[in-house]
Amino acid sequence: MSAAPPEIRVNTEMAAPQQAGSGDPAAKSAEPSEVRKYLLSRGNSAFGDRAFHVLMVLCSLTIFGIVALIVWQLVLRSQMSWHAFGLKFFFQRFTDPDTHRSSFWDPIGQQFSALPFIFGTLVSSFLALLLAVPLAVGTAVFLTEMCPKILRGPLAFLTELLAAIPSVIYGLWAVFILIPQLREHVNPFLISKFGWSGLFDDTNPTGLGFVASGIILAIMILPIISSLTREVMTAVPHSQREAVLALGATRWEMIRMGVLRNARIGIVGAVILGLGRALGETMAVTMVIGNSAEIHKSLLSNGASMASVIANEFAEAVGDMHLSALIEIGLALFLVTIVVNALARVLVWAVTGGAPRQAH
Amino acid sequence: MGVGIEVQNLNAWYGSNHTLQDICLNISANQATALIGPSGCGKSTFVRCINRMHETNPIARVTGTVRIGDVDIYKDAKPVEIRRRVGMVFQRPNPFPTMSIYDNVAAGLKLNGYSNRRALDEIVEKSLRNSALWDEVKDDLRKKSGASLSGGQQQRLCIARALAVDPEVLLMDEPASALDPVSTSKIEDLIFQLKAQYTIVIVTHNMQQAARVAEQTGFFLNGRMVEFDTTHKIFTNPSDKRTEDYITGRFG
Amino acid sequence: MRSDLFPIRSRARKLTDYAVTSLAVLATLLVVAPLVGIFGYLVYKGASSLSLDFFLKGPKPVGESGGGMANAIAGSALVLGVASLIGIPLGIGGGIFLAEFGRGTKLATAVRFTADVLNGVPSIVMGLSIYALIVLPQKHFSAFAGGVALGIMMIPTVCRTSEEMLLMVPNAIREAALGIGVPNWRSVLSITLKTASPGIITGCMLAFARVAGETAPLLFTALGNSFWSTNLNEPIAALPLQIYVYALSPYDDWHRLAWAGALVLIILIVLAVSLVRFVTSRGVLKGAS
Repeated sequence: MSAAPPEIRVNTEMAAPQQAGSGDPAAKSAEPSEVRKYLLSRGNSAFGDRAFHVLMVLCSLTIFGIVALIVWQLVLRSQMSWHAFGLKFFFQRFTDPDTHRSSFWDPIGQQFSALPFIFGTLVSSFLALLLAVPLAVGTAVFLTEMCPKILRGPLAFLTELLAAIPSVIYGLWAVFILIPQLREHVNPFLISKFGWSGLFDDTNPTGLGFVASGIILAIMILPIISSLTREVMTAVPHSQREAVLALGATRWEMIRMGVLRNARIGIVGAVILGLGRALGETMAVTMVIGNSAEIHKSLLSNGASMASVIANEFAEAVGDMHLSALIEIGLALFLVTIVVNALARVLVWAVTGGAPRQAH
Repeated sequence: MGVGIEVQNLNAWYGSNHTLQDICLNISANQATALIGPSGCGKSTFVRCINRMHETNPIARVTGTVRIGDVDIYKDAKPVEIRRRVGMVFQRPNPFPTMSIYDNVAAGLKLNGYSNRRALDEIVEKSLRNSALWDEVKDDLRKKSGASLSGGQQQRLCIARALAVDPEVLLMDEPASALDPVSTSKIEDLIFQLKAQYTIVIVTHNMQQAARVAEQTGFFLNGRMVEFDTTHKIFTNPSDKRTEDYITGRFG
Repeated sequence: MRSDLFPIRSRARKLTDYAVTSLAVLATLLVVAPLVGIFGYLVYKGASSLSLDFFLKGPKPVGESGGGMANAIAGSALVLGVASLIGIPLGIGGGIFLAEFGRGTKLATAVRFTADVLNGVPSIVMGLSIYALIVLPQKHFSAFAGGVALGIMMIPTVCRTSEEMLLMVPNAIREAALGIGVPNWRSVLSITLKTASPGIITGCMLAFARVAGETAPLLFTALGNSFWSTNLNEPIAALPLQIYVYALSPYDDWHRLAWAGALVLIILIVLAVSLVRFVTSRGVLKGAS
């Protein structure tokens, strides 16, 4: 602080300020310019601003409107089934008085239970997570921590594309490529090697079923889990990585201790979000699950999910009770996915901070 | 024509941060008034209170009185009306990137619904001449975008844009801090010419600049105005010890 | 001392490191494989079936070869038109609220959160709700109902991408507009929105492409139609619906049409996704600051 004070050159000609209003008196009394008169006539636009603000708020409120609309309509239209079966709708099983065979879903006999569809949804989603999570996390680790920079962009882009392919196209691909492969090669292998477990039996020769829907669901939820995991992992501050590396850790130890440990809440969120997608996925599952309202131990047997039974039967439902039961399944599916998604969002936002970052 | 500004007991907050405390000051018409002080002292907040720009931040709050001419801007008018009378030039040049040079200058009028093409042409030319940019851009007024100009040109474009609505006051928030020395001296020359017609308030952290362009200077420190006097007095014989410390480079 | 132990442990650590690295590479390959597989097969199957007839002709009766999906393409266009009219303005409006008015407010956080959650609601549930709201009271399926179902699905996506794009516009630009006395509403529409428009347009295209492939919400709203129709009040064909029906049919000719339809959809989607990526990565919007 011993620097010489800066040399300040004061402009002395104007050092004595003129008093306000002592300027050219002619100019002072001049009429306001045309522009000024125009702008003065424009008002303060308080009304316009107010109205615009309100309009934009209304637009954003439609988001809540949609949720309200869904709940209102689904609750209203599922009343009939709700009154007939109550909570038992979700876990009962009927016995046919004549044949003494148990059944769950009998549109002709007006007996409905959502149990096989809940079972099918859970089994196929669980299979999907089992297959997808290790792959998705592995991909995310590779892309954020190991991948050469040149490959990172294109690979991230490819996974993004995977997320944008419509469900019906996955279904189309599964029907013509995946199912024949399963039928010819994978299923016989599973039966011969793991048939003893009872999870794989050879009663269903079509190749359709839970395994098929689990695989196609896994492919479909991979991108969302992997891209969110990537987002969460990049949100971990660099200092965390450097701190671990500075202790002499290998790269894997750095990833495990510095990155995954800090990002784990967000990764769980990403997995749950993938689960939410899997639960509600409709078209591809409908095309490969086999659509039968039964519960079998074998993963190779036909089944149905909550979404697939709606897609499959709704347009040809045979009566009001049938429709009402399908809508009740839809309502249940909605509530479950809302809860699952909300939970996942909270977890992901906890790590990444929620709102997009703002530019200045 | 410029008008005077009268500020009484102006207080401003950002959230719980009391950034301006009891500012009282009279700014004379048709002069340049410089505001100096270390960064974070409140001088930028002060000019942003004069055109009610401060309140665009939802956590900001203002109390006190500011009169421009005979209008109490926080009582008698809406922000839009004030901002049409008080032009502002920001620290970093901020031309509208999607608009041509012409449209940038005409924006204040066009976006307020003014559509007289012949008058607009005249105003754009006059504003660009007044901001000493006309000769450099007259050939591609409509061809080039405002963002394609150099930094110094962009800043003069922003001045032209502010002049086009024929304001009475021109606020300049460190207008040359992001520019090279040549552009800076052009801007300073411009301020010299403009103060014949407008009341100019210029915030600067460059004391030489204040000394060169302004008749009056105010020194801000920690949200308070320490001293306000003629530039000559501030730089040669300040009455407050803190002002003296600052201008002799002992801190800040 | 333990100094001789150290290299062994260190070798073990190195080995783990290699193992994990190769596992990660393997995982990435496994993820990319189906994509390449699906794309390759789609192009291979689709391109050989794609012809001018596909775009110009309607379906032929079973047994006759040839025919196209002209009615489904027109139907999709009509349904998507209705959807865009509903989804784009409301979505952009919501995005404007989030970016320009709601910063830091509780309402904005709630809207943002609900939009994200709504994004995860199964599309078939949207279809059910619109069925209950429009089809049941009207007692007939209609193109209009299909459009509404897809339209409300677009809102959350458009809303969130618009917000993101608007936030990329530097604050200095907003201040410049307000500083010359432009009313706020005018500044938002003519300055901020216009500056962000490349991003917002591509965001809308992305939302459009996403719902263009949606099948489930159309199953019991637009229903499908094997004939040419442009009546909003009647059932109408749509490309994804037709792919679904044709894929599950036993006819080779229809399978070919399904592949061609899938290729057309995929091209639309790849274009939209690439555009979005281009716009956001090139920082077209950032050039200003």
